[in-house]
Amino acid sequence: MTEKTQPPQDTVSIQLDGTWVRVPKGTNVIEAAKRHGRFIPHYCYHPKLEIAGNCRMCLVEIGMPRLGPDRQPVRGADGMPEIAWIPRPQIGCATTVSDGMGVRTASPLVEECRRGVMEFLLINHPLDCPICDQAGECKLQEFSLEYGSAASRFIEQKVKKPKHVDIGKNILLDDERCILCSRCIRFARDIAKEDVLGFTQRGSQTTLSIHPGRRFDSNYSLNAADICPVGALTSKDFRFKMRVWFLKETNAICTSCGTGCNIVIGSREGAVHRLTPRENDAVNQCWMCDHGRLNFHHLHAPDRIKAPTCRLNGHALVAEWPDALSQLSRMLGNLAPDEIAILASSKMTNEELFLLSLLRDRLGGDSVPCDVLPRRQEADHLLVCDDGNPNSTGARLLGISSDGKRLPDVIKAIESGRTKAVLAISEDLADAGITQPTIARIPTLATIAILPNATTSEARFVLPGAGFAEKRGSMINVKGRIQRLNRATPPPANARDDWQILTDLLALLDAPHFPHIDAVFAAMAARHPALAGLTLAGIGDLGQQLARK
Amino acid sequence: MPIKEKRLILQHADEPGYAPDIACYRRHGGYAELKKALGTPPDSILAEVKASGLRGRGGAGFSCGLKWSFIPKNNAKPVYLICNADESEPGTFKDRQIIHKDPHQLLEGMIITAYAIGAHLAYIYIRGEFPEGARILERALAEAKRDGFLGKSILGSGFDLDVFVHRGAGAYICGEETGLIESLEGKRPYPRIKPPYFPAVLGLYMCPTVVNNVETLCNVKHIVRMGGAAYAALGRPNNTGTRILCVSGDVARPGYFESEIGTITMGQLIHDVCGGIRDGNRLKAVIPGGSSAKVLRAGDTYAIRRRKPDGSTETISVALEDIPLDFDSLADAGSMAGSGGIIVMDHTRDMVEALANINEFYAHESCGQCTPCREGSLWMKKVTARMTRGDGRPSDPDLLASIANSIAGRTVCAFGEACAWPTQSFVDKFRDEFEAKAAPAKEVPRAA
Ligand SMILES: Cc1cc2nc3c(=O)[nH]c(=O)nc-3n(C[C@H](O)[C@H](O)[C@H](O)COP(=O)(O)O)c2cc1C
Ligand code: SF4
Ligand code: SF4
Ligand code: FES
Repeated sequence: MTEKTQPPQDTVSIQLDGTWVRVPKGTNVIEAAKRHGRFIPHYCYHPKLEIAGNCRMCLVEIGMPRLGPDRQPVRGADGMPEIAWIPRPQIGCATTVSDGMGVRTASPLVEECRRGVMEFLLINHPLDCPICDQAGECKLQEFSLEYGSAASRFIEQKVKKPKHVDIGKNILLDDERCILCSRCIRFARDIAKEDVLGFTQRGSQTTLSIHPGRRFDSNYSLNAADICPVGALTSKDFRFKMRVWFLKETNAICTSCGTGCNIVIGSREGAVHRLTPRENDAVNQCWMCDHGRLNFHHLHAPDRIKAPTCRLNGHALVAEWPDALSQLSRMLGNLAPDEIAILASSKMTNEELFLLSLLRDRLGGDSVPCDVLPRRQEADHLLVCDDGNPNSTGARLLGISSDGKRLPDVIKAIESGRTKAVLAISEDLADAGITQPTIARIPTLATIAILPNATTSEARFVLPGAGFAEKRGSMINVKGRIQRLNRATPPPANARDDWQILTDLLALLDAPHFPHIDAVFAAMAARHPALAGLTLAGIGDLGQQLARK
Repeated sequence: MPIKEKRLILQHADEPGYAPDIACYRRHGGYAELKKALGTPPDSILAEVKASGLRGRGGAGFSCGLKWSFIPKNNAKPVYLICNADESEPGTFKDRQIIHKDPHQLLEGMIITAYAIGAHLAYIYIRGEFPEGARILERALAEAKRDGFLGKSILGSGFDLDVFVHRGAGAYICGEETGLIESLEGKRPYPRIKPPYFPAVLGLYMCPTVVNNVETLCNVKHIVRMGGAAYAALGRPNNTGTRILCVSGDVARPGYFESEIGTITMGQLIHDVCGGIRDGNRLKAVIPGGSSAKVLRAGDTYAIRRRKPDGSTETISVALEDIPLDFDSLADAGSMAGSGGIIVMDHTRDMVEALANINEFYAHESCGQCTPCREGSLWMKKVTARMTRGDGRPSDPDLLASIANSIAGRTVCAFGEACAWPTQSFVDKFRDEFEAKAAPAKEVPRAA
């Protein structure tokens, strides 16, 4: 590499633990040090929140270039400025780097400051780690190990505070565990825009409280539990369910609206236990809405469809996959294009939509009425967008969706009795306004579904698919960013990944089919210029912005 | 030999018949300095105040002129003036004398200051426990407004100013200037982090703001009257003007006393002004600048710097009674002039009890925002309370010192020092008493 370029104007030089490094102008000392592998412990500082400077955990030694009589920095033997250290430690979170600044993150004074803060934070803490949900991801635990001392010198009575305070629909507060960092207050005020949390009392009696008569029912409340460094705020949904260190973490995206917030799926032994937001500044910063976060319990519903069924004389009989699919393919293969209708879904992945488009091509192409069910909804100020479907952009790009404009054609074809076969993929015909008697009259109704609905109760073929946490694939959010789902848990019992169902059907109809999902993506990318050059693996964990047309 | 007071601020306050109404104030020449000030450019007032060497009387003793000059030169935002009348430091009761007895002097000082710094809105933040003071100030404001000293185009000068009284609700921390500003904005008085929130740049409503103590602002009037140089001739170099000292504790005649700064010693104050230690007792210790100042022990010697006639300085060793009462000497002696509250303790005082009392105050008043002060102040209180109950442990003196050392210098605001300094100094200076109380408790025979 040729490194002739001058350091860019927007960086400054700082001496970090004895070594001169360049860091971006305007960053604080915590972030600047992090870029060079020096971690400065902190509680109240959060990169997405206003600086509070109250925990004092990030105290470091700071110095400025020593000025000579000419008001110019005095330079040492190495040509770099000599540093005049400020005797008092300074907080790294509120100190902005400047040229020639010195920072010591591990000096004896700094270590002594951290030890002091840790001791202070622990003296009135209940130390109920064995029953605390935060155990394993608690900053108090983590930093005590690293910066605390083993013995306690505190023999006085601890301060008593309220426990099990019900402050909102999804969230519970334990004031004795609270270290008063005010992250949740700043989050509620500045991000969730519901300024309902605050401190009451003063001194060591200071208590995090909810405004009298109000509740923290924001659709973002659980993010406060995420950023609470300790176990003071906990999710009612996740409380006491699972020790976090048992959870397998899978990077994925939320499929509850068109924003596609980046998430981590926490699962264990085939069951999803929680979803947490994953930082992606291009999509969701580090937040997600409570609705999306809690929208996974249906994966474990007791009535989840677990095996394919074929209906014979009014009875749904469990079938083997090859039998069900070959029967279905035979029936479809014998029909004229205008005898088939497809209700697809913008909840499907790109790969499923692409395979469906190949199936539709095989069955008659554009003459087969086909569309998706739009889900318009109200957007909010933060993440929830006006599209309730996660992949409307993909469904449009892959030719399956006309944004509901062709939905009347699909419905009319079904209601007229002209269609002999209907494919309902990940949608319920009833949601499109088709009545139960009409659904029951369809001669060949096939559906891919995960839960029972009006369509599955009448369908000739019920093909159990996979939920969002059970599949790999891609979706394109409302802003045109292609992002990836990954499988955290397998589909239950005899259910299958939707793309496999579709590719098997294509094979039985002598249409193009694929050995694995990466091959599906490759074929799709070859067909659609918007995806040219991409691979499923290459999308990465943070997704890729597609060129805007 | 009786010591003469030099009354500048309290010149009329205690004269028989002197009343807090505007007519009385004007009869005594009141508001003449305002007229004079409004006829000169604001910058010249700033220059006089700088020349006067006036240092803040609220606690930190910071140069007043320098503070005013921190308002950014190219500032386009409104500028605010705040008078800090929260007077809550235990041992301090001077501002209330001014407010109760001569409120117009304060107003005149404020109006001149507002003119000098370009403020058109000013507040007097008065502690909640001064309801009478607040009423007197309200009355004074109405009078001043009626007579054209406040409001639009004051005395036809084109300069506008409104002043409002704002009452606190009983929290010591509201005296800390950025806590005060938060409180004035209607929030919890959590002191702000500095940097970046220096009041002169990002103060009230994030606008440049000057916060000065009541007594400091009164001095401005006298600087305008006398001129900066003449004012600077009072007191000692770098410790100019007069100061109101508040003496409480074990003296025969406690009270307040105004004199040129540094012209009398601790001993003269105690013995000549305040009639000596009460009941013929012996002097044991003095807290020289409000309860947060480090205690000084009688019998110890203190190294202080003294300016020689040729302008150079020498360090001399003096007894507690010989320390001159000025900012620099008290700092040299390891304490501070602080708020001017001088608390005298005689030989009957139990120093563990005294510290327990102070610690209780600070544990109660910590705002609780930042970790070391919030947790440390209560911890120190619990330890000293336990010691006074006869339950001391041998490790307690070191524990106390170590807690205090983990607070001072590591907090958001100077309350951290305010609550740590008493413990640091009491344990250090009276270690024998703390060790005596820390001895293992005698075995108490248990009932069978
Ligand atoms: C904890 C704390 C309490 C304070 N209380 C007062 C007070 O009651 N009155 C006061 O004038 N200054 C008080 N101060 C000092 C103010 O912060 C500020 O420095 C002062 O009002 C500035 O005025 P001056 O420069 O005229 O002294 C306090 C400071 C601290 C740290
Ligand atoms: S509840 Fe958690 S986030 Fe909120 S102030 Fe307490 S410790 Fe901080
Ligand atoms: S030092 Fe004490 S009073 Fe000051 S901000 Fe911290 S907790 Fe509050
Ligand atoms: S991170 Fe809390 S003070 Fe800096």
